[in-house]
Amino acid sequence: MKRKFSLGEAAFDTANHVFLLLFGLVCLYPMLHVLFASLSAPSRLAQHSGILWGPQGFSLVGYEVVLQNPNILTGYLNTLFYVVVGTVLNVLMTAMGAYVLSRKNLMLKKPMVIMVVFTMYFGGGLIPNFLLIKELGLYDTRLALIVPGLIATWNLIVMRTGFMAVPDGLEESAKIDGANDFTILFRIILPVTKATVAVIVLFYAVGHWNAWFNAMIYLRDRELYPLQLLLREILIANSTGGNTIESVSLMEGDQALVYVVIKYCTIIVATVPILFIYPFCQKYFMKGVMLGSMKG
Amino acid sequence: MELAKTPGAKRNPNAKVSRLRKDIVMNKYVYLMALPVIAYFLIFHYAPIGGLVIAFQNFSAFKGIGGSDWVGLQHFQDFLTSPYAFRVIRNTLMINVYQIIFGFPAPILLALLLNEIRVQLFKRAIQTISYMPHFISLVVICGMLVDFTQSEGVINDIIVFFGGERANLLMDTDLFRTIFVSSGIWQEVGWGSIIYLAALSTLDPHLYEASSIDGAGRFRQLVHITFPALVPTILILLIMRMGHIMSEGFEKIILLYNPLTYETADVISSYVYRRGIQEANYSFGAAVGLFNSSINFIILLAVNYLSRKYAKESLW
Repeated sequence: MKRKFSLGEAAFDTANHVFLLLFGLVCLYPMLHVLFASLSAPSRLAQHSGILWGPQGFSLVGYEVVLQNPNILTGYLNTLFYVVVGTVLNVLMTAMGAYVLSRKNLMLKKPMVIMVVFTMYFGGGLIPNFLLIKELGLYDTRLALIVPGLIATWNLIVMRTGFMAVPDGLEESAKIDGANDFTILFRIILPVTKATVAVIVLFYAVGHWNAWFNAMIYLRDRELYPLQLLLREILIANSTGGNTIESVSLMEGDQALVYVVIKYCTIIVATVPILFIYPFCQKYFMKGVMLGSMKG
Repeated sequence: MELAKTPGAKRNPNAKVSRLRKDIVMNKYVYLMALPVIAYFLIFHYAPIGGLVIAFQNFSAFKGIGGSDWVGLQHFQDFLTSPYAFRVIRNTLMINVYQIIFGFPAPILLALLLNEIRVQLFKRAIQTISYMPHFISLVVICGMLVDFTQSEGVINDIIVFFGGERANLLMDTDLFRTIFVSSGIWQEVGWGSIIYLAALSTLDPHLYEASSIDGAGRFRQLVHITFPALVPTILILLIMRMGHIMSEGFEKIILLYNPLTYETADVISSYVYRRGIQEANYSFGAAVGLFNSSINFIILLAVNYLSRKYAKESLW
């Protein structure tokens, strides 16, 4: 289709491109700043003032300190455990729930849908949840970070919408061949809804990777801490008057100067994996947010 | 096999029960799958709702819910008459209202601007970059905020360059909400625009062609075609956002606030966290939490009702 552009429209077009370009820079710059700072020589960085257009000098000393720190390594492994085990269980449970709620002739479907959707808008809140975890004996265990969030209601509804779009014929022919519901779900529905499943996996995995609050209130044992909780101590607690032991122990044997780059290196180490993954799922994002999925 | 005899008994009061039994037998694997899911929701969503009864007790972990003393509305009264009630309710509402006024329209505007871009490569590049902050963890975002706003940080360097004075911006009660809300917009505007772009992608291109033949320019198309196509999405999202008007963003508050900024930063949920978890006043915390979620739920019902009545859009 060919359209004639008036002068006003051409001006708008130019302004729009310039604005969005600036907007992109604003989105990108904070991360670039951290990246440049993490690669800088600590002494040069300490003297620098203002916007960073590139690393100041070049040094990997911060990364050496961070990657040799046993706490960070434990945290990293713990986070990997929570991400992998958590996400597998999340997707399994969510897929089963979505399959049940996407059946057409199920007498108890409506009450089940209401029961699920209601939890999006009302809940017991912080204190009863905390007491429940203690009561169930999950306090200070790895399970405390996995079991309470097994199903995110939103993801369940998104997945259900994806399942409902699968043509009935596929399931019926499988049923005639004698397949039971488990076979239909895992052999037919999940493979044909790959795009939706990919988005759900990403949502859950990123959720586990970035989670910190439950770890803070449910875990005492530092050996179980996920990376984000350690990051909080390194990045935030020491500047807002909290626990400084962690950041001090990080500096053992190194000049205090290294500390200026350590913050940035830990951010990069903790963030880069996620930033590498999401662009590959990007083409599926729209499936995860379609409006039809939201109305109960 | 008893089941085989019952289908005829339609008027029987037990008919529903027997139909259900038949339904369960026929769909036994479906119900088998439903079991762990139902169990999950009962234990981790409905049991805590039941656990809210401790808001009306002096709950003690030793005595349990059954053995603790009942105190009626004592904790609600204590909260509402305490000097902190006004502060935390005001802060909760102000932060959320700012988020809705400035944060809610931002992704709509971004989607409309992106929609006008014809160069697909440019559009996709901007989109990819704009999603990035959404995937950065809250802890890292707040760590960056702390670093950038401290008196030696990059934002202060820029302020000094333009002739201002250095200050730790996050310790400034007047700036807390501004920093909180604007960094939230920065993090979520790109991600938030996806749903609007998804809605626009289903729009029939013939509408534009037809209006173009009728002589409508791009601005008029924006006003008369593109924007109206977004209205249902906007309404639904606005209702959903109102459903979280008292609870949004409390993890970020806990990461960013400190005793110096409680005056403008402390919200109901962060107050519940301090009093309830840190000081182990479980009953008082549960009462304040229940107060919060009840008001929130009432607001949701009201907004949904109004939207259904006047705009014919609602969640249910």
